[in-house]
Amino acid sequence: MIGRFDWAGVLDFLPELKTGLYYTLLISIVGLLIGFFLGAIFGLGRVSKNKFAYSISTIYIEIVRGSPVLIQAIWIFYALPLIIDFNLDSIVAGIIVIAINSGAYIAEIVRGAVESIEKGQMEAGRSLGLTRRQTMWHIIWPQALKRMIPPLGNQFIISIKDTSLLSVILVPELIFQSRNIAANHFNAVEIYTTVAVFYLAITLSLSLILRIVERRLNVN
Amino acid sequence: MIQVEKLCKRFGELEVLKGIHCHIQPQEVVCVIGASGSGKSTFLRCLNMLETMTSGDIVIDGDRLRDPRININDIRTEVGMVFQQFNLFPHKTVLENVMLAPIKVRKISKQDAEKKALALLEKVGIREKADNYPEQLSGGQKQRVAIARALAMEPKIMLFDEPTSALDPELVGEVLEVMKQLAHEGMTMVVVTHEMGFAREVGDRVLFMDGGIIEEEGDPEQIFTKPKSERTKEFLNKIL
Ligand SMILES: Nc1ncnc2c1ncn2[C@@H]1O[C@H](COP(=O)(O)OP(=O)(O)O)[C@@H](O)[C@H]1O
Ligand SMILES: [Mg+2]
Repeated sequence: MIGRFDWAGVLDFLPELKTGLYYTLLISIVGLLIGFFLGAIFGLGRVSKNKFAYSISTIYIEIVRGSPVLIQAIWIFYALPLIIDFNLDSIVAGIIVIAINSGAYIAEIVRGAVESIEKGQMEAGRSLGLTRRQTMWHIIWPQALKRMIPPLGNQFIISIKDTSLLSVILVPELIFQSRNIAANHFNAVEIYTTVAVFYLAITLSLSLILRIVERRLNVN
Repeated sequence: MIQVEKLCKRFGELEVLKGIHCHIQPQEVVCVIGASGSGKSTFLRCLNMLETMTSGDIVIDGDRLRDPRININDIRTEVGMVFQQFNLFPHKTVLENVMLAPIKVRKISKQDAEKKALALLEKVGIREKADNYPEQLSGGQKQRVAIARALAMEPKIMLFDEPTSALDPELVGEVLEVMKQLAHEGMTMVVVTHEMGFAREVGDRVLFMDGGIIEEEGDPEQIFTKPKSERTKEFLNKIL
């Protein structure tokens, strides 16, 4: 069986795959960075006493979690420009999709981590005269951040794989490149398998980095 | 120093405090005893507004807590609290635990805060652990750090909610010793405790709480030896 596949032929397409890898990484990294900030803001909104902040956060999270990424991508790339009357570059749109999508899941991770901190911590901070915000920032958040690392790692991996759906909005990432190559050269198995190895390399490196960060934080 | 009038507190349907009335003088040490669930913690937590009262009135050093213009954080800087479970900040060293609030709330400089924190740690006998993290301390040491942390804000009143209940018996003494010293220095203290020895030796007055009211109060010696109320007698028989 193996003999029928042309693995060496894949090497001819390395330049395209490299471009694809670049965009996959670019969109993942920038999208997740923004997603983390969105997650922090809306996650804190979910634990806020402010009704408005809570409602907005809940609506955002429920809409994102309740709809497929593919459709979110189509909304943002095709529908949003009509509303804001401004054409989005597919790469910018791709970053927005990953940011908004991961932001909602990260918000839930943030909420869970903040709520997992013992009630006595907030009370101790408040009893010393710190404001709710100061206690959040100096006491709750640093402890919650540590607890967020494993679920965050999980979400990062999911979002990285979600970038593979962005070919529908013409982002020239790995899957987009693979489809073009396979359509012209009939080597789908070889190309997609190679690309799967790329994804695996990215996610494994990420797991490794997170494990190191976690160990560092546990030292003190 | 503290005036409490007709203090009521309910959690939904559950009426936990049903009209507490008590005046506490400056430098007085008041011990609160009573069965679990009688509302002791809730009473204490109303005094620094960790719980908001349902009705009644509390005046702390001239400030009416019901007054919408008062700043809750200002009140809390005057009223220190020590918890049964210590509630130290696990991600900060002992020294940082004590320094945090003076820097962030009192806005004093880092150097001053450190100097003061070290002096307080010295006072509670734990200066050598300044750079350790809470998890490296014994229960008694943790509670002494918690006391130093509260004192760092230079409160006028200290509230203690069963400060020795989570401790192994052999560690209780070191914490009570620190509290005793504090009482001798003239701190106004409200202490929920079942340490009768402490109440007798240090307490100026004992309040016995039962079912959300102060069932009986008086001189510690009198309460422990000649309680007037049947409820008090019953309670004391159970715990002594
Ligand atoms: N946040 C709360 N919500 C609902 N019920 C509470 C809350 N805090 C305390 N209670 C109830 O109030 C009663 C008195 O509690 P507490 O003041 O902790 O008593 P004590 O300290 O004397 O053991 C208990 O029945 C307890 O379950
Ligand atoms: Mg209690």
